[in-house]
Amino acid sequence: MAAAKTFRVLPGFNITLGFTLAYLSLIVLIPLSAVFLKTTELGLDQFWNVVSAPRVVATYKLSFGLSLLAAAINTVFGLMLAWALVRYSFPGKRLVDALVDLPFALPTAVAGIALTALYAKNGWIGQYLDPLGIQVAFKPLGILVALVFIGLPFVVRTVQPILEDLDTELEEAATSLGARRWQIFRHVILPILLPALLTGFALAFARAVGEYGSVIFIAGNIPMVSEITPLMIITKLEQYDYAGATAIATVMLMLSFTLLLVINGLQAWTSKRTGRDR
Amino acid sequence: MSIQVKDIHKQFGSFVALDKVSLEFPTGELVALLGPSGCGKTTLLRIIAGLESADSGQVLLDGEDASGTHVRERQVGFVFQHYALFRHMTVFDNVAFGMRMKPRSQRPSDKQIRTKVHDLLKLVQLDWLADRFPAQLSGGQRQRIALARALAVEPRVMLLDEPFGALDAKVRKELRRWLRNLHDELHITSIFVTHDQEEALEVADREVQMDHGKVEQIGTPEEVYRHPATPFVYSFLGSVNLFHGRIEGETVQVGEDVLSHMPHDFDHGAEVVAFARPHELDIVIDGEAGNGVAARISRILAFGVTARVELDGLNGATGQHFEVEITRARVLELGLAQGQAVRLMPSRLKLFEREVVGGVLQ
Repeated sequence: MAAAKTFRVLPGFNITLGFTLAYLSLIVLIPLSAVFLKTTELGLDQFWNVVSAPRVVATYKLSFGLSLLAAAINTVFGLMLAWALVRYSFPGKRLVDALVDLPFALPTAVAGIALTALYAKNGWIGQYLDPLGIQVAFKPLGILVALVFIGLPFVVRTVQPILEDLDTELEEAATSLGARRWQIFRHVILPILLPALLTGFALAFARAVGEYGSVIFIAGNIPMVSEITPLMIITKLEQYDYAGATAIATVMLMLSFTLLLVINGLQAWTSKRTGRDR
Repeated sequence: MSIQVKDIHKQFGSFVALDKVSLEFPTGELVALLGPSGCGKTTLLRIIAGLESADSGQVLLDGEDASGTHVRERQVGFVFQHYALFRHMTVFDNVAFGMRMKPRSQRPSDKQIRTKVHDLLKLVQLDWLADRFPAQLSGGQRQRIALARALAVEPRVMLLDEPFGALDAKVRKELRRWLRNLHDELHITSIFVTHDQEEALEVADREVQMDHGKVEQIGTPEEVYRHPATPFVYSFLGSVNLFHGRIEGETVQVGEDVLSHMPHDFDHGAEVVAFARPHELDIVIDGEAGNGVAARISRILAFGVTARVELDGLNGATGQHFEVEITRARVLELGLAQGQAVRLMPSRLKLFEREVVGGVLQ
């Protein structure tokens, strides 16, 4: 006798799963595997020579270092922004709320040109910074400014809903137990926000690592100083060195993947601790 | 510690939540603030805690004006309806929270904290749950942890805001008894808010009946139930039958019918509302006209020892519904049936003068 057939309550499991897999393969997996495939045209020695060239290594450091830094800056200030937007009402609040999304909407090249114009030696802001010995445009600092700009919305938008849902009773309970405001923030609010903060951090970081358009104008692209890894790939492409370009892309992919994996792990751990997995 | 509130007034926009409320809560008592939702009971509790501030009036804790004191310095334990446990902390950390937040100079050592937390968990009979997270507990367990957490800072007063409101009936009953026992053990001055008369009756030493931002009556739950001071209190505390009538000598004239009544001090001709609980009415099948209120039986519900008879008024009380509780045996003895016309005779009647509110007799 055949086993009783079980029925799913939600219809369409097969078709949605099938679609998901086909879609993911088409959009994500096939292009990515093409990167690996193209890379295999190089021998192991050649591969190593390409990806460990000093000029290329310098770009890894710059790209990943600055992306992490930018994501960290965005985490701190994004939290503050989200806090202000959720907790207080002030004139023009909705305008500010809408402005947060602007870096999403603006073409990156426009952002890059605008930032360069502002921070160049004769720009609106640059002219005042220059006498102080601070140069932003065409320096790594300029890249950081661009990366912070394009990563801003991520933390704000991931933290905002969690903050809105936060029960005021928790804070009232904590005060009635004698906790001071910063203690409440540190011990009650921050732990609850941590998973969302990490998500925002990961998104901002991923975006920053892959950013090209806005950085390229403000970076100045000086070898060993202000070249980012995506630029290195473009350079190789322009020299018709497709295999070399994909080799660098492969390294970038692996590094990003590893970092995101670590962040995801951290996030799973924290949400387990906040009891959100239940 | 005693609590005193003086002339507390609180308004939200044009809505008056508390209208010049003055109350006194003696040391060591467990007092229930009872009333329908929106009557201001929770607002009053939050003002006493310092979570909300009054527009005018004073809160005196132990005779001292606490109006300028911040919540965290008032040393009040507050328990919320929805527990408000910190879900990212274990039960142990939740209970230890208050002690750990103290300034370094006053903070107990880790060892002292551990002993204290375990003592408190034993007190609420949940010592075995110390390492769990709140999400892993049942509602009743969570509320007991919330109580232990509030007790950890050795509050001078316990304030409980509908502590059992979110629990199911069975757990609620258990916890009421448990809370009463706990109070008998600790004797901390406590106020708890509820809209459930039964809860107040079972748990509280005294109850304060509130409505529309005003105190209607204060007394032991028994007293308030037996001798309600106002029509509102009477009808709030359980099912009720009411008759609109006029005083005629020793009797109450209800339309064409007459209810006999014990001695009273109303003037002849006064408009009154007469109240009787379902168990205070008797059904008479062949009563003479002019004695008792005529009604027709619409439904008889007999579950156990007692039966509930629902009736529609006739004659003077047309359109009104009555509810009578008599024993099942009595239903059989009288041979009551649906559609039968009978008379209702109160064994006890509570009269209130009809108030004129806005030109309309109520």
